[in-house]
Amino acid sequence: MIGLRWAAVRFGGALLTLFGVAVVVFLVLRVIPGDAITASMGIESGTLTEVQRASLEHYYGLDKPLVVQFFSWLGQVLTGNLGVSLISGQSAASLIGAALPITVELAVLAAVIGTAAGVLLGMFAASAPGRWRDGTAQTVALLGLAVPEFVLGAVVVAALASYFGYFPDTGTFVPLTSSVTGNLSQMIYPALVLAVGFAANVMRTTRSAAVEVADADFVRTARGKGVPAGRIRSRHILRNASVPIVTITGIQFGYLLGGTVIIEQIFALPGLGRLLFTSIENRDYPLVQSSVLVVAVGFVVVNLLVDLLYRVIDPRTRAA
Amino acid sequence: MSTSAPPPIAEPVESGPPTGRRSPTALLRRVWRDPGGRIGIVLMVLMILLALLGVSGLLPHGPIDQAPQDRLQGPSGRYWFGTDQFGRDIAARTFAGIFTSLRVSVVSVLAAAVIGTFLGVLAGFLGGWVDQVIGRLIDILFAFPAILLALALVSALGSGWVNTAIAITVVYAPIFARVARGPTLSVAGSEYIRAGRVLGIPTSRLLLRHVLPNVAAPIVVQVTLALSWAILTESALSFLGLGTQAPDASLGLMVSDARNLVSTAWWTLVFPAAAIVLLVIGLNLLGDGLRSALDPRQTSGTRPRRQRLTGTRGRTS
Repeated sequence: MIGLRWAAVRFGGALLTLFGVAVVVFLVLRVIPGDAITASMGIESGTLTEVQRASLEHYYGLDKPLVVQFFSWLGQVLTGNLGVSLISGQSAASLIGAALPITVELAVLAAVIGTAAGVLLGMFAASAPGRWRDGTAQTVALLGLAVPEFVLGAVVVAALASYFGYFPDTGTFVPLTSSVTGNLSQMIYPALVLAVGFAANVMRTTRSAAVEVADADFVRTARGKGVPAGRIRSRHILRNASVPIVTITGIQFGYLLGGTVIIEQIFALPGLGRLLFTSIENRDYPLVQSSVLVVAVGFVVVNLLVDLLYRVIDPRTRAA
Repeated sequence: MSTSAPPPIAEPVESGPPTGRRSPTALLRRVWRDPGGRIGIVLMVLMILLALLGVSGLLPHGPIDQAPQDRLQGPSGRYWFGTDQFGRDIAARTFAGIFTSLRVSVVSVLAAAVIGTFLGVLAGFLGGWVDQVIGRLIDILFAFPAILLALALVSALGSGWVNTAIAITVVYAPIFARVARGPTLSVAGSEYIRAGRVLGIPTSRLLLRHVLPNVAAPIVVQVTLALSWAILTESALSFLGLGTQAPDASLGLMVSDARNLVSTAWWTLVFPAAAIVLLVIGLNLLGDGLRSALDPRQTSGTRPRRQRLTGTRGRTS
C-alpha cells in the first residue's frame, strides 16, 4: 500500500540528507577557532613546541587531508563511537543515551497536550468562521505564539517557587523508570509550557484546513442528507483536514527535539537540550558535535515518518 | 496604484499572483483596511519609535546608567518602568532592547531574504543540476531544527549581535529560497518568458523585470513572519547568554536577569517580556494583513462564492 518505488526514493533522499548533515556538522566544528588540541589543553597549547604540536596533530589525525578526517570520523560515528567528552571523559554516546529519553518524553508529552488542545480549539474556531468564538480562539492562538517559551517558563518557575515551594533542580530529578508519578509531576510543567506554542500552531492549521473542507461539496451533501452536525465535524471535516494537521504536528515534534534547550535549562531537566547547552558553555566540542548530530538525525527520521504516515491516512497522496 | 508598473507584457495570466503592479503605499492602504493589519501597523510604528527613543539619548536615564541608591524601585514618575537590581532604568533598557532586537532581526532577515531569493530564483529559473544542488543544500539545512542550528552556529562563531545575525541569516536563507523557487518555476515555464527568450532578452533582465516581481509577494509576507521569528530567536539566544552580552540592553537578557527577581519585583520581567510579545504580535498581524492584501483570490471572483457558502453554513448549523 505504500509503494516500494516511492519508499526507495524517499529513503534514498533521507540518506543523502543525513550525509549532508554529517558534512555540515563536521565543517561547523572545523570553523571553530582553535582545534582539538587547543580545545583540550586550553591556553597551555600556546607553550607547545613545533615538534610537540606536530606529534599531537598526528595523534589526533589533524595532519591528514580534511576528506580523510571526515570519513574516519563518519566511520566512527556509524559504528556507534560518538567521541569522548572533553570535560567529563565519559563517552558521548553514553551521555546522550542517558539524556535522550528525557527529551523524547518531554517532547511527546508536549506534543500530545498541544495537539489535543490545538485540534479542539481549531475545530471550535472553524465551526463559526468570522464569529466571535473564531475571533477569540484566534486571539488566544496569536498570544500563544507570541509569548516566548522562556518568558512563560520563567513565570511558571517563579510561581512554582512562591506558591508550592518547588525549585526545579537536576539533583532532585526523578527518572520515569524510578517513579512514574514523581516523574510526571516534574515533567508536566515544562511540557505544558512547550504545549502552548505547539497548540497555537496546530490550532491555526486545524482552523484553516477545517474552514476549507467545510466549503467542499461533499460536506454540503452530507448536511443535505441530514447527517448530524457532530458527525459531519468528526467524520467528514476533521478526517479530511487531518493531513495538514498531521504535517504540522510532525514538523513541530521534530522542532521540539531541538527546541527543548531553553525549557530544559529553565526547569533544570537533564535532557539532551541541557546537555547540548552545557557542552556549548564548556566548549566541549565533541559533545556539541554529537548531540547536534543526534538531534538532526532524529529530525530527519521524524519527517520521514510523517511522510509515511500521511500516505497511510490519506490514500489520495499515494497517487502523487 | 500603477506607479511601479512593470512593462505591460509581464501579464502573468496563467500563473503567479498579479501583485507586482501595486505600489507600496497602495499596499499599505490595503493592509490598513484590514483590522488586524491596522493593529499590526500601529504596533510596529510604536515599537520603532520607542526603539529610536531608546538610542536617541533623550531619555532622562541611559540604558546602562547605574543608580545604586535606587535599586529595585517600582514604576513611578521618575522611573516609568521601575529599576533593576543595579538601579538601571527598566524603561530605557527596554527601549534600547527593542532597538537591539530590531537591529539583529532586520539585518539578518534582509540578508537572508536577498541570499535566499537569489538562490531560489536561480534554482527555479535555471533548473537542471543547479536546481538539484541548491535543493539538496536547502534540504540539508532544513534537517536541523532552526533554533538548534542557530545555537550551533553561535557557539561556533562566538556571541555578540553580528554573529547572532549571521546565525539567523543562515537559518532563514533556505526558507526564502524555498519560498522563491515555487513561483519562479511556474513563471519560468510561462509563455511570455519563453517569448522573451526567443526575442533575445538577456537572462538578467528577464529575472529582474519579469520573474522577481512575481516572487515579491510571498517574499514580502515571508519577511514579516521571519522578522517575528528572528525577534524570538535573538531574545532566546540572549536569554541563554549567547546573544547580546551584558551590560548592553537586550530583551532576552533582561528576562533572564528578572527570573530570580520576579516574585518581589514584577516590573523587571513584565516590561521586557511585553516588549517581545508586542513585537511578535505586531509583526504577525502585519504579515497576516500583507498576506490577505496580496492574495489574488481576495480580489478575483472566488471570494463571493466563499462568502455565499459561509452564509449557507451559518443558516444550517
